[in-house]
Amino acid sequence: MMCNDARLLLHAYLDDELDAAQSVAITRHMHSCEACTASYAQYTELRKALSQPSLYRRAPDALRAQWQAPKSSTAAASKPRRRLVGLAMAAGFVGALLLVAPTWFYLWQQHGANTNQLADEVVSSHLRSMQPQHLMDVVSTDQHTVKPWFEGKLDFSPRVKDLSDEGFPLIGGRLDALEGHSVAALIYKRRLHVINLYQWPSASTASASVATQWHGYTVIRWTAGNMNYVAVSDVNEADLRKFTLAFQDDVTTPPMR
Amino acid sequence: MPADFHRIASGRPAAGSTSFEAQVLPYLDAAYNLARWLARDDADAQDVVQEAMLRAFRYFDSFRGGDARVWLLAIVRNTFYSLRMKVPPDGMQETFDDDAHAVVDEQPTPEARMLIALDVGALQKALENLPHPLRETIVLRELEECSYKEIASITGQKIGTVMSRLARARERLRAELTRHSTEVRRHDVQ
Repeated sequence: MMCNDARLLLHAYLDDELDAAQSVAITRHMHSCEACTASYAQYTELRKALSQPSLYRRAPDALRAQWQAPKSSTAAASKPRRRLVGLAMAAGFVGALLLVAPTWFYLWQQHGANTNQLADEVVSSHLRSMQPQHLMDVVSTDQHTVKPWFEGKLDFSPRVKDLSDEGFPLIGGRLDALEGHSVAALIYKRRLHVINLYQWPSASTASASVATQWHGYTVIRWTAGNMNYVAVSDVNEADLRKFTLAFQDDVTTPPMR
Repeated sequence: MPADFHRIASGRPAAGSTSFEAQVLPYLDAAYNLARWLARDDADAQDVVQEAMLRAFRYFDSFRGGDARVWLLAIVRNTFYSLRMKVPPDGMQETFDDDAHAVVDEQPTPEARMLIALDVGALQKALENLPHPLRETIVLRELEECSYKEIASITGQKIGTVMSRLARARERLRAELTRHSTEVRRHDVQ
């Protein structure tokens, strides 16, 4: 394959629109062509930058309001239609119930709206981090490299701990966002699985850990030393618990600011 | 406009409007996002979406299943071009564009490689500077995460055209962002 063919296919490859044979051809080309590899890396960066939520323009509330609640005005308007409206409202209610059903089950299981929403967000963030080249901003197994990397990028100093001895080697770190906060994400491995550990400052000093399950992912959150921690992974719950215990081990004293 | 909607809505069997709401309204954000990037202006984008939603509502009977998002986005796009008569809708101008501006080889220098400016402001400006056909393609791909097939069906282009437009859109963005950051650099030095 020549660079000229690769130029177009590079994009289709990035977009995951190539068949297996073409994908092999393009990866083979990139192995031998530095320029195309560099381009590919740049376009990957560009794609990542374009996925920033602030570039996505959501409909303004006024527009949404115009389209989302036409029912109430028609209900009051005509008496003979009342039965129909009643039916429609009942249907609407059932529809709404169906829409929120997963949430509802979740709430029922978890007794906490916040936990649920956060778990959702954490799992999506975890999934996003699994996409190629999203996982790490700083790649290092050394906690003394990872911790200083966060300096100046966050308004707090995250707690970084190597847990290799416990079977959870640290592999790197990344900046991320949860619930509108900038958070530190540490990446650990458990055999072939990845564990994301998020942390950010909290108003409360400490709280017991809460585990939730979401489509095969386990999310465990706790608060210690004025920091919120959330661990997420597809490892089994017992392993993730072991991980959080290992991390919490000497966390009783607040980390130095 | 909304009054118009209520009038039409109340003149219909409840079932019709219910499924319009269930199938089309969830894509209001997607509709607005596309309209906003095409129009590059809040007020214009709202007009486009309002009009597109009315059209969608009117023609909802003719929607025969399939992907409601693709269907709605195609309407938004057509509405934008029809409300904006001055700019010829895609067609001629673009075929010319596609052939004339085949990808130009401009490999970045190693220095430029490091310089890509990726802050929101620069990205937004670079995106808004793209010609409409390139802009809609990249917005549908990167922000709306449509497949090539979906983009082809929204924009009425062949998949090959979608692919080459994406390539050109990204190359232009890269060029612009590189230049942008070189300028910033030069500024800093002075």
